Amino acid sequence: MATHPKLAANPASALASLAPSSPSIGLWSAAFTILAKEVRTELRTRELLVTTAVFALMVVVLFSFSFDPTHEEARRFGPGLLWIAILFASSLMLQPAFLREQANDTLLALRLAPVPPFAILLGKILANFLFLAVTECLLLPAFAVLYNVSMLASLPGLILVLVLGTLAIVVPGTLFSAVTAHARMRELLLPLLLLPVLVPVLIAATEATAAFLSDPPELPSLWLKLLAGSDIIFLTAAYFLFQPLLEE
Amino acid sequence: MSAHRTLGTVLRLIAAAWMAAAGYAIFFIAPDESTMHDIQRIFYIHVTSAWTAGIAFSVVALAGVLYLIRRKPQDEWLGVAAAEAGLALTTVVLITGPIWAHPVWGIWWTWDARLTSTFVLWLMYIAYLLIRDLVEDPSRRAVVSAAYGIFAFADVPIVFMAIRWWRTQHPQPVIGGGEGSGLDPTMRAVLFFTWGAVIALFAVMTHARYRLEAVRYQTHLLQQESEDRGGEGVPVRAPRRPPAGAPGAMITDPER
Repeated sequence: MATHPKLAANPASALASLAPSSPSIGLWSAAFTILAKEVRTELRTRELLVTTAVFALMVVVLFSFSFDPTHEEARRFGPGLLWIAILFASSLMLQPAFLREQANDTLLALRLAPVPPFAILLGKILANFLFLAVTECLLLPAFAVLYNVSMLASLPGLILVLVLGTLAIVVPGTLFSAVTAHARMRELLLPLLLLPVLVPVLIAATEATAAFLSDPPELPSLWLKLLAGSDIIFLTAAYFLFQPLLEE
Repeated sequence: MSAHRTLGTVLRLIAAAWMAAAGYAIFFIAPDESTMHDIQRIFYIHVTSAWTAGIAFSVVALAGVLYLIRRKPQDEWLGVAAAEAGLALTTVVLITGPIWAHPVWGIWWTWDARLTSTFVLWLMYIAYLLIRDLVEDPSRRAVVSAAYGIFAFADVPIVFMAIRWWRTQHPQPVIGGGEGSGLDPTMRAVLFFTWGAVIALFAVMTHARYRLEAVRYQTHLLQQESEDRGGEGVPVRAPRRPPAGAPGAMITDPER
């Protein structure tokens, strides 16, 4: 990318222009190029991160009115509430991944680029993972303070749950955003497709978080395995299903 | 087409006769259950519908895989047809379940593993049919629904495991009378006989839906041909938007 400073403004065409000199680019370098492009686009507008973070915070605040957020209650409902907020936020934030490519039909340029097709999805998965992770970094301290949950003691475990759970949300979410990009009512359709598929992720992530936050903390190996297993199954399915979706 | 019509008629006759026989078997041949009595007889329809729905959703996933490999429209038709029939059967399961549970368990619903995963399954296949409605381009719609059908099917085992582990970690609110364990031989025979009837019904529904999809496809091709020729020259019997009150409006429009 550094060799094409002018074209960097339109990364898709920059990728396509690389075609004659380098006929094939590796999966990861192409994915990171797309990740860089997504991050650059987002940093120019910041609209996705700001709206999602505000929305997630709003969900957390609104939940405090539906039950008494005292210490004991927060321990019982807190993990589920946190993951519901993350799920709602993600079902909002995942849609633009492929929608953004429609305005100038830049998806066509990405498809023409001499990269493995899965790299396009992988780049967008990484970008969405990063955006959702940033939102969670804002959400977690706010949640800890507002609901009086101390999580410093089990922070490494929580981070592990968040990484596995976020990946399990982002992989099908990004895949389905490619599915719904051409549909009517896509903003409503994406949550409808995504949320039933994510039921096991919600259960496992909530139970794992609850175990780490319990006093004394427990190691929820069963739920961590389920989350990791979902990650693997979702990634495998996405790997096989994305290419036909891209061709149409 | 006429071969399809004959097949449809034969299937319907078989399904109707088999269903009637199964009804007789359920009410007059199957022995009375010692604690639940007559309400237990719903079990034959409930369980066999659930099994057949399992077959239906496997067919959806298989048709999806075949479509993505071969790109034959027939595979797409099979997928939609099986999905709709499977959704209908799952609805039967979700309705007959609470009817049985209310007198036996004392409650309509419990968040037990099987109930919850059936409910989630039902939502997933409603979503499957919704994408088909909301994606306009036909070839894109076919790929998208095939992909979602496969993804949903791959997700089902994880859903079931997650919910079962989740539920066994909490106290069970109600303990169901372990149905299926140590079933009376006559009951077992009636159960499998009813299953045959439900499978025949599934075949009828899938076949009818498949034919509808085939007719839609042919109409679509004819419309395209007509448009390619400037909208004239080809007598298309189903105009895309018949003028209100026009005689053509009475002709069935298979698109909607």
